[in-house]
Amino acid sequence: MIEFIGKSVYKGIAMGKVLVMGKEEDIVKREKIEDTNAELLRLGNAIKKSQKQLQDLYEKAVKEVGEASAAIFEVHQMMMEDEDYLDAIHNMICNENVNAEFAVATTGDNFSDMFAAMDDDYMKARAADVRDISGRIVRNLLGREQNVMSQPEPVVIVADDLSPSETVQMDKEKILAFVTVHGSTNSHTAILARMMNIPALVGVPVDLGKIRTGMVAIVDGTSAKVIFEPSAQECLTAVNKIKEQEEQAKLLETLKGKENITKSGKKINLYANIGSVSDVGYVLENDAGGIGLFRSEFLYLGRDSFPSEEEQFQAYKQVAQTMANKKVIIRTLDIGADKQADYFGLEKEDNPAMGYRAIRICLKQQDIFKAQLRALFRATAYGKISIMYPMITAVSEVEQIYKIAGEVKRELDEAGIIYQEPEQGIMIETPAAVLISDELAKLVDFFSIGTNDLTQYTLAIDRQNSKLDEFYDPHHPAILKMIQMVVDNAHKEGKWAGICGELGADMELVKTFVQMGVDELSVAPSMILKLRQIIREMD
Amino acid sequence: MKSFDYTITDEAGIHARPAGLLVKEAKKYQSKIVVKMGSKAAEATKLMAIMGMGVKKGDTVTVEAEGGDEDVAVNGMKAFFENNF
Repeated sequence: MIEFIGKSVYKGIAMGKVLVMGKEEDIVKREKIEDTNAELLRLGNAIKKSQKQLQDLYEKAVKEVGEASAAIFEVHQMMMEDEDYLDAIHNMICNENVNAEFAVATTGDNFSDMFAAMDDDYMKARAADVRDISGRIVRNLLGREQNVMSQPEPVVIVADDLSPSETVQMDKEKILAFVTVHGSTNSHTAILARMMNIPALVGVPVDLGKIRTGMVAIVDGTSAKVIFEPSAQECLTAVNKIKEQEEQAKLLETLKGKENITKSGKKINLYANIGSVSDVGYVLENDAGGIGLFRSEFLYLGRDSFPSEEEQFQAYKQVAQTMANKKVIIRTLDIGADKQADYFGLEKEDNPAMGYRAIRICLKQQDIFKAQLRALFRATAYGKISIMYPMITAVSEVEQIYKIAGEVKRELDEAGIIYQEPEQGIMIETPAAVLISDELAKLVDFFSIGTNDLTQYTLAIDRQNSKLDEFYDPHHPAILKMIQMVVDNAHKEGKWAGICGELGADMELVKTFVQMGVDELSVAPSMILKLRQIIREMD
Repeated sequence: MKSFDYTITDEAGIHARPAGLLVKEAKKYQSKIVVKMGSKAAEATKLMAIMGMGVKKGDTVTVEAEGGDEDVAVNGMKAFFENNF
């Protein structure tokens, strides 16, 4: 029995077999071979198998995250067909009589070194792609598993850290829990776990050298504990807790279709946060009243160039239509700081959280902003879309936005393209916006309080720095006072105010928010029914 | 031998995916097609070599085609560059 404590990002308990990812030793030994033809044949088969895997991954990713993000797997396929790369491997096998594994690994290193040495951040990043395709061929030569997709049973994923491209490759049906050594509670893994409704621990000081694929593990999000090779007694306790959890889930099922109303008749809207078109399924499954925060960044990240207006329009239209006249609040581009795409050509900043990001980029590079606004306005004809602007600090910014939106509408009118007048609101995530919320409320249709950034800016705590976690008090009275102020100022002008940050899903604060008069909470889809339960039990 | 010069206007330069498409296009012709920029040169059918040139927005490349179908090849490649880069 080995036990570790980490930071929990999602409560719940799971038990199952471990799959250790990414840390398997891909050390390749140089061996002398006699039959070079047989070696070339082995190589050919491994490459064929690798190509097939990449094709499968590509098709899976297209379905789950869209064509743009899936393109990376197509590029991998093309790289694997590269003549220079293949020639180099062939030559090594034939001239030096080495095994295919060694030839592939060495050639991969040489090519990735070439990219790593280039004076271009984008091309530097391609070094990882070359290592990735070479690693894939080597694993196929060695007959090793590639990833979770080939696992027959659901598993507990244990890894150093997980990148978005790794999580995309996973079969979501076959994941019981995540345990990672690194990663913050805001990491990609954390967001995914909340979306999928499964326990996840980050910052767990596991010695990966001691953990093997196939071990049994219990992951308990409530106590933030993971136990490898548990005792019979611990298994029994876990089984009971899992049973309880399933009963609770059944109870929550019965809340579907019911109102979010307290015993004394106070109502609140519960909406869902999503980050891609494919998340809409989770929204409907958990009976959310709408989408309170649709992060449009997914359209811009993980690709080589700007998404076209048409591509964006199709994505927004699809979500609006799927939600069938329920409200869909789409936040315009919030890139910069911790979310970057190389093709934006953003300069490195010492303090990106306070730098060139979100609406600031949109107001400076209006062609990017206009393309998104055109796509959004066009999509309003297909459902109930609201547009939300992030990182507002001044009244003049809202005025500038309306001017640009006005130009977009005029262009659409001239082109004879139909649209509806959408609700337009702003994120309240800077202390400045809180303090002038009385002025802002006159201009906009709604406020949505982004508590993650608001807390970081108010408390002067970098949320990417896990060393500061002990100083981070999400319930700080300053934040609660600010929320009250924003809600009151919205109501004075007859507007509504919601919360779309992590705090909105804080089960200890729901009652406070309802009492404050908050009109809407937008949370991870998996939290909707839990919050509904608390609200319905309130006096 | 036929050739043309082209100045890249795409923000992203010759990035991975368009470079892959470039390779596909070049493979349609019998002619040997070479992309040159300053002292660097790469055969258009070789993806990593093309990517390795690190062609960015504003760079001017020379594309040469030599072989039986060089006229068709140079026209095809020119149209491809104009549409993609």
